[in-house]
Amino acid sequence: MSKKLDCLCGEVPAAPVKPLAPFSQEAMGFLSALSARLLKDREAKAYPDVITFAFFCRRSSLEKMRQEYDGQLEGRLGRGICFHVAPSNVPINFAYSMAAALLAGNASVVKASSRDFIQTRIVCRAMAELLAGEWSCLTSYPCVVTYPREEQELTERFSSLCDVRVIWGGDETVRRVREAPLKPRAFDVTFADRYSLLCIRPEAILAMDERALVGLTLGFYNDTYLSDQNACTSPRLVYWVGERQQADRARERFWNAVYACVSARYPVEPVIAVDKLTAGCRAAIRLEGSRMEPTQDNRIVRVLLEELIPGMEDVRSPGGFFLEYVDETLDALCTVVDARYQTLSYVGFEPEVLKRFVMERGLSGIDRIAAVGHTMDFSLVWDGYDLIRSLSRKVAVL
Amino acid sequence: MTDLQTLPSLPPYGMAKEEKRAFLTAELTQLCDWHAQRCPEYGRILSAWPTRLEKAASYEQLPFLPVRLFKEFSLKSVADEALHKTMTSSGTTGQQVSKIYLDRETSALQSKVLAKIVGEFLGKQRLPMIILDSSAVIKNPAMFSARGAGILGFSIFAREKVYALNERMELDVEALKAFLDKHQGEDIFLFGFTFMIWQHFCAGLHKAGYQPDLSKGILIHGGGWKKLADQKISTERFKAELRETCGVTRVHNYYGMVEQTGTIYMECEHGHLHAPTWSDVTIRRPEDFSVADKNESGLIQVSSLLPRSYPGHILLTEDEGRILGEDDCPCGRMGKYFEIAGRIQRAEVRGCSDTYEQKA
Repeated sequence: MSKKLDCLCGEVPAAPVKPLAPFSQEAMGFLSALSARLLKDREAKAYPDVITFAFFCRRSSLEKMRQEYDGQLEGRLGRGICFHVAPSNVPINFAYSMAAALLAGNASVVKASSRDFIQTRIVCRAMAELLAGEWSCLTSYPCVVTYPREEQELTERFSSLCDVRVIWGGDETVRRVREAPLKPRAFDVTFADRYSLLCIRPEAILAMDERALVGLTLGFYNDTYLSDQNACTSPRLVYWVGERQQADRARERFWNAVYACVSARYPVEPVIAVDKLTAGCRAAIRLEGSRMEPTQDNRIVRVLLEELIPGMEDVRSPGGFFLEYVDETLDALCTVVDARYQTLSYVGFEPEVLKRFVMERGLSGIDRIAAVGHTMDFSLVWDGYDLIRSLSRKVAVL
Repeated sequence: MTDLQTLPSLPPYGMAKEEKRAFLTAELTQLCDWHAQRCPEYGRILSAWPTRLEKAASYEQLPFLPVRLFKEFSLKSVADEALHKTMTSSGTTGQQVSKIYLDRETSALQSKVLAKIVGEFLGKQRLPMIILDSSAVIKNPAMFSARGAGILGFSIFAREKVYALNERMELDVEALKAFLDKHQGEDIFLFGFTFMIWQHFCAGLHKAGYQPDLSKGILIHGGGWKKLADQKISTERFKAELRETCGVTRVHNYYGMVEQTGTIYMECEHGHLHAPTWSDVTIRRPEDFSVADKNESGLIQVSSLLPRSYPGHILLTEDEGRILGEDDCPCGRMGKYFEIAGRIQRAEVRGCSDTYEQKA
């Protein structure tokens, strides 16, 4: 075994493992035990992302997910071994990926970020303790490893071992990992670079009382600034659906409230300030008719567009850079949405109406519709994949 | 705008605060207009900028372009037929480089102004020059790199020149000895890039056990402290090393960049970098890009009256520094004087947009 390989919990499966049924007693039991252990862990309390994961794994939460499938998983079994390449920058993602694979009935080898995140250690420690005790029967099901990205031979080894490969991260990651061959029947589930947006009805902002507005902006903060606006779910375009003058009043109110929230929490890195100015100039050059809006300071940088132009998705910057667009209807979306579009968050819309819009227009993107503040919520349906179904096989009787 | 003959004939450090402010505001505002009419990309940036040109009460309120933009876009204010040469920054392999487009006018302005500034330190006479670098740098004309351009630009002050390093970057002791024999008793102009001087010239002298007498030397060096700062080498240590290895005591660092060639900021006898008549530094607060107070650190904006063939007259750099004073440096030169703290650093990014972290 390579010296570069660090195994944080479990064992790399040496032989094919026995697939389980989706939502098996073993998987539900192990994850709810993990949940209980994490919720009792003192160190975990300081990490809201670990606690959120622990709540995700509570028995009642798992039970609810199972019920949503309403018996439609009958005749299904896990595919075997999943190899996950988790993103380097979102500490807890590896745990969700592993949990989804286990709930679908699979064993996992998870490549966690090679950065030393405390969250990774907390979750792996809890899992290792469970596997050393009453859950020893699942030892080769949740295996978490880390190794540097350059160790392509390890990626090749795990790729040759697995039945499904789950790749999180950017386009470049997907390309590199795909250079490692899979078994003939194995396949990739890929989560590549995505683009997300927020649509707002101005009257909803204008009708809010102060308290509701503060709550909304905190949710918006969590969707964006909390991850430096680097998560694929973070909105980069704010689309105001309404009449121009009303929209201008709502924009002023909304951004002032966002500023109040951001100014207390988010320092300006000089490099990010320059990044955002550069993105503003890029917008000016590439997106004709765009205007850099005057703002309080460099925490929020906004560019108002005259029209939505394909390619505007590349005009982006981390740390609070937003394109804005005002129109009476959502129709302009149809001219730009492509397969890169992922999460549509909303204020003042019925989510079903937005879903119907995506369906009726036959848009090739937008896989997730989420209320502001919930864009990062993990769900078993992600990026348009139903993970339980994708990671299991159905036995047919003819 | 001041005509091309008058502009370079101005005294380099002779304009007092209020006069210079009015001069820069008038000239730079006209330059903004000039470029907006000739460079479509620049015109679009001006239209998109949150404030309007005609409302600017001083040049500090005019739009500033991030220097990085010249790596991403080909920004020029002249027709392709009028292009004389293209300068590129010497980025490390794999990095994007800045492309700066020069016509004959801008190129000539740069040489004339550089001559005026450096003349203040070297005197009016051309001197024997030792280039503390390898001739290999300028032998590849395919890429006109910043290092090659610097050497050629400063060669105008040479009566006769020699390269201190051979093509393998080793000290050429024989050539140096012959050159110094020939020019005994004369002032010698030494030129090079800070890190190359440290890494190859000083180290080469040690290695060869050769102690030339350069007490009549005047050294001008630039290119930035980053690599020396990484090795924890201070200005004092650098100067002490030069004094001990070859006896040179007149040492002037300069701050400049390929995006604004010509208007360099020379270090005076008191260790301060000075803005010459044709250019200025403005320190901006990263929080909101407002103008910082004297002694307050921030991002350095450089403004220069020379760029006419490309819209590089007002640039926001990624360097940090602070203004130490204006018109009152003990060396007697007018204009702002300042110091550089270094390049701003990129923090670790969060988010899921990239799985593969770079190898440290």
